[in-house]
Formats: sequence, structure tokens, C-alpha cells
Amino acid sequence: MTHEEFIQLGEEQRKKNEQYKHSIDVCVAAACVSMQSDKIKKSIEDEVKKKELGTSCRIRGVGCMGLCAEGPLINIDNGKSLYCNVKEEDAQEIVSAIDKEPVERLKLSADVPFFNRQLKIALEDSCNVDTESLDDYLAQDGYEALFDVLTKMSPGEALQEVVKSGLRGRGGGGYPTGLKWSTVQIAVTDKKYVICNADEGDPGAFMDRAMLESNPHKILEGMAIAGYVVGADQGYIYIRAEYPLAIKRLRNAIKQAERKNLLGNNILGTPFNFGIEIRLGAGAFVCGEETALIASIEGQRGSPRPRPPYPAESGLWEESTLINNVETFANIVPIMKKGGEWFASIGTEKSKGTKVFALAGSIKNTGLIEVPMGISLRDVVFDIGGGILEGRKFKAVQTGGPSGGCIPESHLDMPIDYESLITIGSMMGSGGMIVIDDSSCMVDVAKFFMDFCQSESCGKCVPCRVGTAQMHTILEKITNGSAGMHDFQLLEELCDIVKNTSLCGLGQSAANPILSTIKFFREEYLSHIHDKHCPAGVCKIKKEEEVIS
Amino acid sequence: MELAAKKKAESTKDKRKKLVDATMRRHGHASHALIETLHSVQEVYGYLDDDALHYVAQELRVPLSKVYGVATFYHFFTLKPQGEHTCVICTGTACYIKGVPAILHAIKENYNVDAGDTSDDGKLSVLTARCIGSCGLAPAVVLDGEVTGKLEPDTLIERIGSMIKNDA
Amino acid sequence: MSKVRIKTLKIDDRDVGAREDQTILEVARDNGIHIPTLCQLDGLTNLGGCRLCLVEIKGSNKLLPSCVTAVEEGMEVSTNTERLQKHRRSIVELFFTERNHVCAVCVSNNNCELQNLAKQVGMTHVHFPYMYPALSVDATHDRFALDHNRCVLCTRCVRVCDEIEGAHTLDVRGRGIEAYIITDLEQVWGESETCTSCGKCVNVCPTGALFEKNKSVAEMKKQTKFLPYLTMMRGARR
Ligand SMILES: Cc1cc2nc3c(=O)[nH]c(=O)nc-3n(C[C@H](O)[C@H](O)[C@H](O)COP(=O)(O)O)c2cc1C
Ligand code: SF4
Ligand code: FES
Ligand code: FES
Repeated sequence: MTHEEFIQLGEEQRKKNEQYKHSIDVCVAAACVSMQSDKIKKSIEDEVKKKELGTSCRIRGVGCMGLCAEGPLINIDNGKSLYCNVKEEDAQEIVSAIDKEPVERLKLSADVPFFNRQLKIALEDSCNVDTESLDDYLAQDGYEALFDVLTKMSPGEALQEVVKSGLRGRGGGGYPTGLKWSTVQIAVTDKKYVICNADEGDPGAFMDRAMLESNPHKILEGMAIAGYVVGADQGYIYIRAEYPLAIKRLRNAIKQAERKNLLGNNILGTPFNFGIEIRLGAGAFVCGEETALIASIEGQRGSPRPRPPYPAESGLWEESTLINNVETFANIVPIMKKGGEWFASIGTEKSKGTKVFALAGSIKNTGLIEVPMGISLRDVVFDIGGGILEGRKFKAVQTGGPSGGCIPESHLDMPIDYESLITIGSMMGSGGMIVIDDSSCMVDVAKFFMDFCQSESCGKCVPCRVGTAQMHTILEKITNGSAGMHDFQLLEELCDIVKNTSLCGLGQSAANPILSTIKFFREEYLSHIHDKHCPAGVCKIKKEEEVIS
Repeated sequence: MELAAKKKAESTKDKRKKLVDATMRRHGHASHALIETLHSVQEVYGYLDDDALHYVAQELRVPLSKVYGVATFYHFFTLKPQGEHTCVICTGTACYIKGVPAILHAIKENYNVDAGDTSDDGKLSVLTARCIGSCGLAPAVVLDGEVTGKLEPDTLIERIGSMIKNDA
Repeated sequence: MSKVRIKTLKIDDRDVGAREDQTILEVARDNGIHIPTLCQLDGLTNLGGCRLCLVEIKGSNKLLPSCVTAVEEGMEVSTNTERLQKHRRSIVELFFTERNHVCAVCVSNNNCELQNLAKQVGMTHVHFPYMYPALSVDATHDRFALDHNRCVLCTRCVRVCDEIEGAHTLDVRGRGIEAYIITDLEQVWGESETCTSCGKCVNVCPTGALFEKNKSVAEMKKQTKFLPYLTMMRGARR
């Protein structure tokens, strides 16, 4: 496709869109689909056909609107009315009301903190493009950034924008993206690769899944730009097999892009070649770790290897390899369009831009949000998140998954950025945020995470393989009331060993959930140990008398 | 009659093998296609049996023990045939704190199946997954491929009951 | 011949010189500085799994495995600090708790690398709880046996079988604490289709997990000198 044809395609689609008087956007991301939104969309289509409104109503299946708790969601006329908790039988009423007053009983106000306190960059158009249509993405300047980069910028200039933006990796570590790209750019190997890490193994996180389901082309475009900058012609997306819908949409998007020459050889008539293939994960959290991920793409057991050398020097098939998270790539297109300086003007001094979080647990507005870095946890939980479920009391918010920690009430005013979270023993992680209320026992939560780490440990290095199993056994003892202070000391000692001597990030951070709960909820541990009592009433502790009888 | 049935069985067998072969061909029978091929095998046969592992090892020229090491490293792969119906229970964080232990308990009570096992009559397999990304629906359960959520243990048992009854 | 560059660094306050492609462990050994190791074996690729060879490097809080970490100009390495000693003792203890090591009845008693390590790091007793897993012994092979109770999962056997013998009969199944060594598709060793009965795995095994069948308590002595020899001979032929 030449540039003229490319521009023309977008134009045509835009014109087509303008013909429609109304738009009905049904969310077809996984959460809403599991509440039957695909069937609702079908009913609406039938209804529109029946009423012969086909020429004036455009119906699209779009990506995640964020407020999954109230799904299925439908957006009428670009935000004029937002319907929630829609059922199949509502289709007729919705279509009938399209030219009249909206259906009051389904309406959700968009002027609430959940919507107006967010700032969307990575998720910018996720709820505003058809999840399966390349044309629709093109109508909204899709692949324009790629085209501009290919024709107007040298790889070095494009790199400078990423460096200026101050973007840091969204996969958890927060490594400066510009620095990583430049390392790969200057590396001298026969071939180079770009990998998108869509393993999202952190239980309780679903940001990457939502982004891939909502607007897969944006990720492909970001990867292609990365390929141009670092000098790679092959990309891989490593995605977990547990995400069938995201996989399907990605496959579809790759095929569409190849057909329109937005991927492949001589992209948009330039000398640049770039192809993307999908590789499926198979249920191993550790494969989110970059060296394990590479081993997995190579068809091996997903065991990490010691770094250095980092993948940027020696990665896939020992060639220089760029690995970034899905959300990191999602920020590339906006940065190229609006410039690195614009991006750097958002957020805090050391953490630029926005971060997407998945809110879950005991919170009213479960779903997906994107907020500027530096916002306080309290604002996220109580303002945007709408607070704790009825009748419950806030106890902690868990960030960073099995590598992170539990943050208590007393630290809720802390700003969200990479450094602050680490200082209190948690970490940004990929963006899962789980709110825990007073009906959960913190020792039990720690045990849950240790069970997770133990079964996800690859088993290559001893401290993680044996240490996590030992820690899990001790937590088991504490929660069933058979542990003494001696066990508690052993637990702290094990945390220290596993943290300091493990090979990869899984082991090195496995102790965090324990350390942070010991730090902030020590009395709960002591109560299990001394009084044989679980304050939350979760752990079944047999009283001594019962044991005897 | 019998011959026709046999022929039909042969041809589905062929078809399945062709799908697996196609995956290997797409990757040029390279050894790094091992995981992709195992996915393909599991998709068409439902699980990985010794014959299939032998076949894949030979075709991709990967040592047997390595194929086995890979197949057992990844928990998505199963070496046992599955029941007629599957119930995948999410045991991720959000689901855990919203009551997964009670759900597992209820299933054990009603069907005498532990997570990872299949009922004696081969009707129901209970599997677990580490977060299926539907945390908003916690506790999330996948019944025969369909995601459902926010279920009380009682309602879930009812749903499983009707799922199993439906094909009687 | 291409020029090999030389790097200078400090190990335990001693100035040493090294070729740029050497690991810290190699340079330490060249200079008579002892660092405990277990999974590392000359002639096999390095794993970095046992974590016993961890060293401290000035300016970094992270402990690095010396067997796989390349030397760098100006590096200041400490191989035996109090912190390292403590961690090494704990790691050896963890090895002992993981499986059922009963030295008194073991064929490798007194010839066991794990026992030696315990002495080296000054382990006096094991203060973490034993895990007592229920494990089996595979004695179906004519000449050799594999006792999972004594295996430390260093994978030296797997690597020698793959890299030197070329059979790749052995590998690891499962992961984490549930991992163990298998032959082929987990059939018993005696029925393996690929085993050449070369016995290299038995010789590289650091404990009594792999042993010759006719040996009784404390009789099993292993020899690993063939490994660097084979590697050298192959190199010469190429
Ligand atoms: C145990 C473990 C699991 C990880 N899981 C993920 C993951 O699911 N997704 C991800 O993007 N990064 C994950 N990471 C981080 C990656 O190793 C890597 O740092 C990241 O993909 C780099 O991308 P970024 O710079 O864009 O963040 C994980 C790291 C560890 C140690
Ligand atoms: S820390 Fe755990 S997951 Fe990482 S290499 Fe060691 S055993 Fe494997
Ligand atoms: S924790 Fe169950 S779907 Fe995420
Ligand atoms: S000898 Fe270096 S990690 Fe085992």
C-alpha cells in the first residue's frame, strides 16, 4: 500500500462513519462478553435491521470501557448516554429510544470520579475502535505514527522521542524504555528481535489482556516502530494461552495488517520490513520473566538464566533482543504522535505518564483504570474505585501481585510511583490492585501468595525451590495454630535467604507478601501463634481442648 | 456398517493428525516449535498421550525426555484424558479472597472431585487456573469454555448439575 | 589468532589478571582462591542453579554467581564475607532438608560432594525442618540405579548425557519442589529406549543418587576427570 492509498482508506472510512446519525458501541472485551454482551450486540443488530435503521445506526463491538463491575456496557452516540448492566431483552428498548430520550433505568452517569479523574493514554482509544476492524482504526489515524516515523524520522530521532518521554517499563521493573531501546539499537548482532511480553501472569491483573482485546493494532504499531528504531525485522508476541479472546483478536489483527502491507516487507512502500508472530504461553508464571520467556519461545522449559548477559545483548537465539510489556508498547504511538516532551509533562519527576491499573477485590468499581503517576492510593481506591463494598471495612490494598506487598490504611496517602511503592516493601508490578477488607486474614493472604510462588517456582535454583516450600509449610502451621515463635523466626530467616540468593525475580521477590504483612500486620501473626486465634475468623484453628477430645 | 464406523473413526484420526502436522509444517519442523505443537496436540486430542509425545519427538527431532520435561513443566498441558465436561476454577488473588476455597469445598462435597482430577464416572473434570483475567467477576469459573462469575457455591453446583444432565 | 584482552581486578583484596572471557570462578581458581560450588563442573555448560558460588561485588547489593559471571575491569570481588558464609550455610541446609539424605547407609558416604560442602561451610546441624518427601528408587537398569532421595537436582547428569554423550536420555520433569529426574517419557530406566549405559551420569553425580548397583555403603567413588579430557580431545579434533 502506498501512502496515498493509506490516506484514502482512512478518509473513506471516516466518510462512511459520518453518514451515520447514531452510533451504538457495545463493549465486547472479556468481562462484558462473559456477561453475554456478544449476544446483546447480536440482538441490537437484529433489532436495528427489523426497524430498518441500518443506514443511520452504526453498531460496533468496542473494547473495554473500564467499569467492568457494571457490565455489559453500551455507549450511545459517543458518550451521550452510557448504559450499564444491560440484558439481552433490553435491546428493543435501547434501539427504540435511539432518536428519543435515553432509557433512564439503564443509564449511568459519566460525570463521576470513576470517569472524570482518569487520564487515558495507553487506553486512549480502547473503547472507541471496533475490536476487529482495521479500517476503523485507520479512520482514527491508526498507523499514522508508524508512517510518520518511517518516512520523516531516522531511527535515532525516533529513539530520542522515547528517551525524552521518560517512559519506564510497565512490566514491573520500571527500567527506562529509551535506555533499553538504545542498547539494542547499538548492539551488533546478525539479527535482532522485538518481543512483546503479554504473559501477564500476575493473578489479579488484566490490563494487558484488556488492551490486546480492545485495540490490538495499537500494540502491533508500537512494536513495528520499535522494530524500526532498534533495527529488527521480526517480532514475537508471547501471550498466555488462558486468554483465547485476546489471541483470536491478535491473530485477526496481524492478518489484516499483513494484507494491507502494514506488516511484512517494504511496509508502506518504505525499505522497512517487519513481521510479527504469536507464541503461546502454557501456564507458567515464571515465563513472564524475560529470560524464561525467551527459553519458552525457543521451545524449552521456561527456566530463567542468570543475567548478565541481558537480552538486549544476547536474547532470543543469542541475538540482541528488545523485550517490553504490552502497556509499554501501548504508550509508543501516543508518544510518537504528541512528542516525548508532552508525555514527560505528565506524572512525577521520576515516573512519567500514566499507569493502567486493574481494580479488583472488595471494591465497588472493579475494572480497568488509567491514572497519572503520582496520584494517591486513597484517591484510586476511595474516589475512582468508589470505596469498599457495602458493610465492609478497608484493610489493605495489594499491589505488585506475588512480587508485591500489602499496603495498609496508614500509607494510603502515598503517591503511586515506582520508588514510593518500593520504599514500603511493595512494588508497582504490572498494575494489579486488589483491595482487601476486614473479612480476609493477612496471614492467609500471605499463605496464598506463597502457595502461588511455590507452585510457580521453576525449580532451577535451590533457595527458591526449597525456600518457598519451607515458607509455605511454616505459614500452613501458623494458620492451623500449630506454630510457635521459633517457626516465626525461621520464617523471617527464610525470607532473607530466598530474597538474597535466588536466581531470578520470582524468588528474589517471593518474600515480599510475607515481609509486608509481617511489617504492617504483625499482630495478626502473633495472634495466630500466641492466642491460637484468627482475628478475621478465616483460619480454622482447632482449640487445644478439641484436639484432645 | 461396522466398516463404515471404522472408516469414519479412521478419517477423524487422520484429520486430527493432519492438524498437528500442519502446525509442525508451519514452523518448518524446527525443534523450537515444540510448545506450539504440544498446544496443537492438546487442542485436537484433549490431552497429551505417550503416542502423541513419541510422534512429536520424532517429527521435530527433540529427545523424548526433553519433550516430557517441557510437557510437564507447563501446567496448561495435561497428560491425562479429561472428563466430558470441564469446570475450570480460577484460583487467582481476586477470586481467592472472594471465596474460592468454599467453591472447591462444595465441589468436593457434591462430586467427590479434587482440583486437577476427574470424577470416577468420567463426567466432570475440575481444573484450576491462575487468574483468567476476569477478576471483576470474582470468583470466576469457566464451565465448558464459558466464563461465568459472581456465583455462590450453591448456584455453581446447580449450574454444574444442569450442565451434566443436559447431555443425558 | 585474535588478540585476547586482559582485565585486571581484585579478588579478596588481591590484584589478579584475567582473560576477558573468563568467569570470576575460573580466575579465582587460577589464583588458588577457593569458592564452593556444586552444580558447576568443568566440561559442562554452567547452570547457576545451586547458588553456592555467590560472591559480593563492590558497588552492588546483588550477590552474583561466580560460575557464570564474566570478569570486568576494576571489579572488586569478595568471596568469603560473613554474609556469604551465612547464606551458604543456609543453602546447604536447605539441600539437606529437601530430600532424605541418610549418609550412614549411603553408597557415597565419605565420597559425597554434599557432605564435603557441609564441612566446608561449617554446617554443624540442620535447623530448618526436614521435608521428608516420599520418593522412590529406580533400580531397573542392569548396572546403575537412581535414588531420588539423594538427588540435589544439580542436573549435572542431564547435561553430561546431552552435551557429552549426546543421548539426552535424562531430563527434569515438572517444576519447583515437585521436579525430579526422569528417563525418556518417564518410563523406568531399564526400559529406556535411548540410554547407552555409558555411565557418565553416574560419575558426574555429586551424591549417591546415581550409583553402580554392586556397591555397598561408602564404596561408590566417582571420577570426573574424563570430562575436561573429552572436551579437550574434541576441541583438538575440530
Ligand atoms: C517472575 C516474573 C514474572 C514477570 N511477569 C511479567 C509479565 O507477566 N509481564 C511483563 O510484561 N513483565 C513481566 N516480568 C518482567 C519482565 O521480566 C521484563 O522485565 C519486562 O517484560 C520488561 O518490559 P518493560 O521494560 O516494558 O517493563 C516478570 C518478571 C519476573 C521476574
Ligand atoms: S528464583 Fe525460582 S523461578 Fe527463578 S530461577 Fe530460581 S527457582 Fe526458578
Ligand atoms: S483472580 Fe480470578 S480472574 Fe483474576
Ligand atoms: S556452582 Fe555456580 S551456581 Fe552452582
